[in-house]
Amino acid sequence: MTSRIASAIALLALAAAPAWIGSDYYLNVLSQVLIGAIFALALNVIVGYGGLVSIGHGALFGIAAYAAALLLNAGYGHFAAIVFGLLVTLVATALFAVLSLRASGIGFMMITLAIGQLLWGLAYRWVTLTNGDNGINLAARPQPFGLSLAGADAFFYATLLVFLAALVSMTSFIRSPFGESLVGTREQPRRMTALGFSVWRIRFFACLFSGMWSGVAGLLFMYYNQFISPHAMSLSASAEALLMVIAGGSGTVLGPIAGAALVVIMKFVASAYIERWNFVLGAIFVFIVLVMPEGVLPGSARLLGAAWGKLKGADARA
Amino acid sequence: MRALEIQGLTKAFGGLKVTRDVNLSVEPGERRLVIGPNGAGKTTLFNLITGELRPDAGRMSVFGQPLDDLPAWRRAHLGLARTYQIITLFPKATLAHNVCLSVLGLSRARWRPWGALAREQAFDARARETLAQVELAHLAGRRLSETSYGEQRRTEIAMALAQRPRLLLLDEPFAGLSLDERNDVRKLLARIPRDVTIVMIEHDMDVALELADRITLMHFGEVVVEGTRDEVVAHPRTREIYLGA
Repeated sequence: MTSRIASAIALLALAAAPAWIGSDYYLNVLSQVLIGAIFALALNVIVGYGGLVSIGHGALFGIAAYAAALLLNAGYGHFAAIVFGLLVTLVATALFAVLSLRASGIGFMMITLAIGQLLWGLAYRWVTLTNGDNGINLAARPQPFGLSLAGADAFFYATLLVFLAALVSMTSFIRSPFGESLVGTREQPRRMTALGFSVWRIRFFACLFSGMWSGVAGLLFMYYNQFISPHAMSLSASAEALLMVIAGGSGTVLGPIAGAALVVIMKFVASAYIERWNFVLGAIFVFIVLVMPEGVLPGSARLLGAAWGKLKGADARA
Repeated sequence: MRALEIQGLTKAFGGLKVTRDVNLSVEPGERRLVIGPNGAGKTTLFNLITGELRPDAGRMSVFGQPLDDLPAWRRAHLGLARTYQIITLFPKATLAHNVCLSVLGLSRARWRPWGALAREQAFDARARETLAQVELAHLAGRRLSETSYGEQRRTEIAMALAQRPRLLLLDEPFAGLSLDERNDVRKLLARIPRDVTIVMIEHDMDVALELADRITLMHFGEVVVEGTRDEVVAHPRTREIYLGA
């Protein structure tokens, strides 16, 4: 019950954000938090629930954006571009999964790193297709049902809708029989096999689900910037997403959202003061690993719980 | 048709032959006890049957269905269930959830990415019913990590039973249990109906002997003696290898 009230309040606060934020700049930051959150939620499916750490997800994020941007610049409409972008992402994710699921643990991580770097290299070097480092510019954002998404408010609401869809789909996914099976393969792959679950197939479909939402985040990112460049697929982009998941609390629904807020806001706040804002982010990460290795959200809950227990203990003694 | 038929099964790890030309046939409904000193290849035999390991040579079939290259997970769908020597369960989950996952393993619903598993009445009912069978119904809502070793062992057996297997492989079901717990497990195994065939590895001869119809004695990867309980116990090789004459 309390959690329902809390989510209703959070939802209202988000829906009213353009009113209380009052500045396009900060509203845009919030839009980026939401885009980051969708990406982090997507990555969390395999990192948090599947126990498979990918450091190549930036490639899936970027490939959706590139596929859609190329189609748009070839004169196709937004709808076609979005559908095409997601289809390309699904196919790419399937290949990505077939290659990397030959291993788990460190092996999986290394293969995803290699594939990520490979696709980043393609985006960077295949200049005739991707325009290399200069990236691809987009003329305009889409106008679904005639509503222009050009303004910060409108784009924020569109992002919020997609974010809510992602959130609902994640929550129902992890409680579902399939989601529970995925968690089972993280905990006891041997046992799950003996029980009749195909661990490989479960992981494969989890990758597809994760890849699809990564693609959605990539499309939003492309529309937000009206621009896509190889930087979106770089190792640091993948690492940043992983940082969101781990810092926020992997294997929880709210953790990656908190992580995304932390990373994106830090990026904006810190980069206003220091050029090397990654340094600050690194320091925060070290703090999190030392004080609450399970992530900011579960960690804070634990620390608050402990503090509350002490207070009560003090009361009882007094 | 045999419940389990194994012919010429061979497996080597490098130069070490852990399974040497093993032949084994178990009749439907039989209780077969597999004994032998450490390193005799008993658990390896189980791992070959369940498909966790691939044999180098030999053929196996379960109820007439050849196993050959069948992936391990598909073998569960043929009615093959097992327990492990070292308990491998889901410690953070409740007993009911552990058994529920087991029921889910054979259901098509395991592919469904929507609707909460916890709200699946049929799964939950079956899980609780099976837990009642092993006398753990009262602990259904407790986390596995908060139960005793004996209760965990019974949960593991419940997970196997929940799948309504035709062939049940038990790898040292009495290992590490106290005398009372051993008694509980013995009674529980004795209650399993005869439409379930059981192959059991066990060191504890006192409890295991009375459950067994036939006994297979393994030594250095080979089947040394096989026969009825009395035959094997009386056999000189058994005394020599296992009972330490």
